[in-house]
Amino acid sequence: MEAFEILFQASFWVAAIRIASPLIFATMGELVCERAGVLNLGIEGIMVAGAFAGWMTVYLGGDLWFGVVVAALAGALFGLLHGVLTVPFGLSQHVVGIGVTLFATAITYFTYRVALPQVTSPPKIVSMQPLPIPGLSSIPVVGEALFSQTPLTYLAFLAVGVVAWVMYRTPLGLALRAVGENPAAVEAQGISVSAMRVGAVMAGSALMAVGGSFLTLSAFNSFFFEMVNGRGWVCIALVVFGSWRPGKALLGAILFAAFDAYQIRLQSVTGGLVPYQFFLMLPYILSIAALILVARRATYPKALMIPYQKGER
Amino acid sequence: MRLEPRTDATLATTLAYPAAAFVLTLLVAAFLALIAGANPFAVLFQVLKGAAGSQFALLETLTRATPLIFTGLSIAVAFRAKLWNIGAEAQLYAGAVATVLLGTGLLPLPAPLLIPLLMLAAVLGGALLLLGPAALKIRLGVDEVVTTLLLNFVILLVVSYLLEGPLKDPMGMGWPQSKRVIADAQLPRLIQGKRLHFGFVLALASAVAVWLIMTRTTLGYAMRAVGANPQAARFSGIPVNRVLVWTALLAGGLAGLAGFSEVAGLKGNLTLDLSSNYGMSGIVVAMLAMLHPLGVVVSAVFVAGVFVGADAMSRAAGVPSYIADVMVATALLTMVTAIMLSRHRVRWR
Repeated sequence: MEAFEILFQASFWVAAIRIASPLIFATMGELVCERAGVLNLGIEGIMVAGAFAGWMTVYLGGDLWFGVVVAALAGALFGLLHGVLTVPFGLSQHVVGIGVTLFATAITYFTYRVALPQVTSPPKIVSMQPLPIPGLSSIPVVGEALFSQTPLTYLAFLAVGVVAWVMYRTPLGLALRAVGENPAAVEAQGISVSAMRVGAVMAGSALMAVGGSFLTLSAFNSFFFEMVNGRGWVCIALVVFGSWRPGKALLGAILFAAFDAYQIRLQSVTGGLVPYQFFLMLPYILSIAALILVARRATYPKALMIPYQKGER
Repeated sequence: MRLEPRTDATLATTLAYPAAAFVLTLLVAAFLALIAGANPFAVLFQVLKGAAGSQFALLETLTRATPLIFTGLSIAVAFRAKLWNIGAEAQLYAGAVATVLLGTGLLPLPAPLLIPLLMLAAVLGGALLLLGPAALKIRLGVDEVVTTLLLNFVILLVVSYLLEGPLKDPMGMGWPQSKRVIADAQLPRLIQGKRLHFGFVLALASAVAVWLIMTRTTLGYAMRAVGANPQAARFSGIPVNRVLVWTALLAGGLAGLAGFSEVAGLKGNLTLDLSSNYGMSGIVVAMLAMLHPLGVVVSAVFVAGVFVGADAMSRAAGVPSYIADVMVATALLTMVTAIMLSRHRVRWR
C-alpha cells in the first residue's frame, strides 16, 4: 500500500516535474528538428555540452541566466555543424548525429580536464533556487508540484507554449512544418529549404543544450561525467511517443519523469527485495515499450531523414 | 548551393579530400594541444610514438584494435543494409556474458572443443540481442536506432546486476566482477609474455569472412541491394525482411565475438569496464573504412593507435587523453564529408 501512497505525496510530484524539465527542453528541441525533416542524434552530446557550458560560465563568475544563454549558444553552434553536414551536404543523419554526439562529448570532457586539471571532486556553484509563485504555489499538491519550482522549469513549460504557438500559429511555423513534409512545395514559395532546416536544427539544438544546462544549473550544482546518461536518447523516444506534437510530447515527458521519480521511491519502499538495477532499467524499458505502443499509428514527418536538393524530385 | 555527381573523378580528387580530412583532424588536435598549453608538434609526435614507436606500442595498438575490428565489422554489415544498429556495445556485453556463463567451469571441456563452443555462444548472445530490435522494426515499424541505443543502458544494468548477483566472483574481494574463465577457455597469446592474443587472428579471419560474404554470396548481394534501395530490392524479388534478419544475426554475432575475444583473450573475466566504448567507436571504424570489411582492419588499427598513443602521450605531456576522443570524432565527421566531396561537385548559385 505504501507503494500506492507515493502517488499522493506532493514531494513525489515536485520531483517528477523537476526530472521532467530537462527532458521537456530537449524533447522540444528534437521535435523542432524532426518537424523540419532532420533527425538529430547529436542530442545526447549537445546536452552534455550544454550542461558543461552553462555550469562553466557560472563557475567562472557569470550570472545563472547568462549561463543558460551560453549553453544555448553552444547548442546552436553544434546545431550549425550538424545542420550544415546533413542539410546542404546531405550526409547520413544517423552518422552525422552520432558523430556530433561523440564530438560534443569529447570536446566537453577535454575542456573540463584542461580547465580543472587538479580537482578530485566536482566543484560546486550556487544553483537556481525554487521560486514559489505567490498564491498559486499554495494550492495543495498541484501548486507545490507546478508552482514552487526553479525559474528554469517555468521556462521549460513556456518553451512548449512558444514552440506550439510558433509551429501552428505563425507563417514561420507553417514553413517549418512544410519543409518536413513537402520541401519542394516550400521551395516553390520562394523559401530556402536549406535555410529553414539549418535554422530549425540550430534552434532545436539550442533547446537541447538548455535542457542539459538544467542539470548543472538547477537540478544539481556541479558538472560530472556521464551526467546526461541517456536522457537525450530517451527524448528521441518521447518525440515519437508524442506523435511530433508539442502538447503530447510534454505529456509524455511528464509521464516518463513521474515514472522515473516513482521507481526511485519504490526502491526504498521495497527495501532491497528487488535488485536496484531493475528499477534503474525501468525507464529505458518504458521508453521502448512506449515506442512499440505507438509504432503502428506513428505518422512520421514525410520528409524526415530525406535530404533535399533544389530542382530534384 | 547544389551537389552534382562528379563525372571527372580522378585518382587525385579521390585521394585529395580524404587527405585533407586527415590533415584537418591533425590540425584540430594540434589546436587542442595548444589550448592545453603544450607544444602541438611534440604532442602529435608523442601520440605517434605511443602508438607505433616501439614493439610494445605496436602490440598494444593491435591488442586495442582487436575488439574494434569486431565491432567495426558488425556496424559495417548492419549499415550496409541500412540497419541502423547503434547497440554494438550491448551486443558485445551479451557475447561476454555468454562466454562467462559457459566458460567459468560449467562446461569442463578441452580447449579445442570449448573455444568453438564459447564462440558460438557469444555469437548467439549478440545475435539474439539484435534480433529483438530487428524484429520490432520489421513487424511493427519501430525505429531500431532508439531501441538499440536504449538497450545499451538496459544491458549494462543487467551486467551490473549479474556481477553483483549470480555471476559474482566469491573470491573477488567484493568487486563487481565474474569468476575467471577456466584455462581451457583462454585464447593463447600470440607472443609469449605479451598481451596480443589469438583474438586478433580471429578478428582478421572474420574480416576476410565478412568480405567474402558481402562480395561472393547471394546473401551479401541481397544485403547491399536492400541497403541501396529497399523498394527496388523488394520489387526484384529479394525477401527484404529475411535479409534484414540475417543482417541482424550477422551484425549482432560479430559484436558478440568482440565480447568473447576480450574475455577469453585479454581480461579473463567480465567486469563493467570490459569495453571502453568499443560499440560507439565501431561506428567510427566502419565509417572511416567506408563500410568495407577489409578496410575495417586498417581503420580499427588507426583508431586504436590514436587511443593507445594518446594514453601514452597524456602520461608524458599532461594533455588530457580525451584528445583521442576528439580526434576520432573529428576524423569521422571530416571523413564522411570528404568522401561526399570527392564524389560530388559543389555548384554555388
